[in-house]
Amino acid sequence: MTEGLLTIEDLGAQGIQRVLELAEACEEISERPIPKVPTLRGKTVATLFFENSTRTRLSFETAAKRLSADTMTFTAATSSVTKGESLRDTVETIDAMGVDAMVIRHPSSGAPALVAKWVDAAVINAGDGQHEHPTQALLDCYTIRRALGLATGSDFAGLRVTIVGDVRHSRVARSNVAALAALGAIVTLVAPRTLLPPSLEGWPVGATSDLDEVLPETDVCYLLRLQAERMVGPLIPDLDEYTRRFGLNRERVRRLPKEALILHPGPMNRGVEIDDDVADLDRSVIVDQVRNGVAVRMAVLYLLLGVPGALGSERAFDEAAVMMGAERG
Amino acid sequence: MGSVRPIRTEGPKLGERDLELARPAGRAFVAKSTVMSADDVRRALRRIAHEIVERNHGTDDLVVIGLAAGGTPLAADIAKLLVEIDGREVPLGSLDVSFYRDDIGTRSVLPNSVTKVPVDLTGKVVVLVDDVLFTGRTVRAALDALADHGRARAVQLAVMIDRGHRELPIRPDFVGKNLPTRRDELVMVTSDGVSLGGYAEEAS
Repeated sequence: MTEGLLTIEDLGAQGIQRVLELAEACEEISERPIPKVPTLRGKTVATLFFENSTRTRLSFETAAKRLSADTMTFTAATSSVTKGESLRDTVETIDAMGVDAMVIRHPSSGAPALVAKWVDAAVINAGDGQHEHPTQALLDCYTIRRALGLATGSDFAGLRVTIVGDVRHSRVARSNVAALAALGAIVTLVAPRTLLPPSLEGWPVGATSDLDEVLPETDVCYLLRLQAERMVGPLIPDLDEYTRRFGLNRERVRRLPKEALILHPGPMNRGVEIDDDVADLDRSVIVDQVRNGVAVRMAVLYLLLGVPGALGSERAFDEAAVMMGAERG
Repeated sequence: MGSVRPIRTEGPKLGERDLELARPAGRAFVAKSTVMSADDVRRALRRIAHEIVERNHGTDDLVVIGLAAGGTPLAADIAKLLVEIDGREVPLGSLDVSFYRDDIGTRSVLPNSVTKVPVDLTGKVVVLVDDVLFTGRTVRAALDALADHGRARAVQLAVMIDRGHRELPIRPDFVGKNLPTRRDELVMVTSDGVSLGGYAEEAS
């Protein structure tokens, strides 16, 4: 198995910094008149989506194309999966065609990790069940760093991040907690008890059910989507009640410090977890998140396909860095 | 669940990566001889700046672009000297060519800075500046990178040290010093001058 990106934990603080740093160079490419470099010419990136997505799939494909990689798209609904082909047979078939990276979204937690054992390609987790969505967390960290004007390489020590909503079903929350904590942020989860994981043991976070109490001490307010499709049983009494207690409206925004940012991974349920006019405020950096997603995914693809060992062992990376210095010229 | 005090999580101290890159354990650069002093470098830069003005009959349409990371401080110096000599501001940029290298995937090539090209290069005369000209592969990559920023009327190359061993048909227009070297030697250009050396023995 080639190295891949399955979880934020695999990456560690240093890996996260490496991606964020490289994303700056990738962002500059996207701003050029010709936003394309020949870096990954001849490499093939396949996106395999067993679950619906707009931004993640398009974002990965755009990122691959800006680096001149070829892209293949697989969507479960139009594939032989509908004829009963297994996950293993499906990915081995695609692997046999000679792809260098597989970007996988799957409704089952752990599916990308399984696939990584079966194929030679580098596997990138683009969201698996309720487990992780590492590139989302990376682009969120990048967006926070850029929006707050923090210097390259700086961490989030002391930054107060409040994550509001359906943490229980959210892979975005899991990856973000891991990434933000690794960078030193203070993370507080806000949700009704039924939408928090059954146990928070081992999570580097605080938790509460009182949103209004934590808003004045929040630098970044991260709203999660209420995932109606993953709701099992009566977890919330009704939508209106949820919105009254946990929805971010104008009045709650006033309780936030003036410089506080508002993030949302999308797709938004306007009028449920976020009010229409709040989503369009200047301090809502939701569109920046989408834009930055391309740069961050370019960085991940480049590190996996262009730099042997960059996301693997530290030693390989350091040796490579030495060679880079020595052989310039 | 009542309200729980947020736990302050321990983050590692970051931002020390650049230092690590420059001096990885056991593989530090060791100077064997000094080739140019700080004064020599300063004088060479001044001569190169004059040559640039002479060759181009002034500084109209000039853009000075340093190749990251070694060429950027030299490019800034040259741009300053050009203003001194000709009295006109010359646009200054920097180029990281990592995304354009031909050895991507065979070894690690990591961008170490963000490219900044301040103007559309169409119709301009670009002076590329680098510290050491060796195989010529960096310059080849730089020419590809430049093409994505517009069609320059001409591209000229200024280097502090030409150490030979070219693998591509590339030659410099302005040279600080021609320095015969062995392939396995290292050339280090800093503001303190130029020295020739090698890697320290692996300390283990």
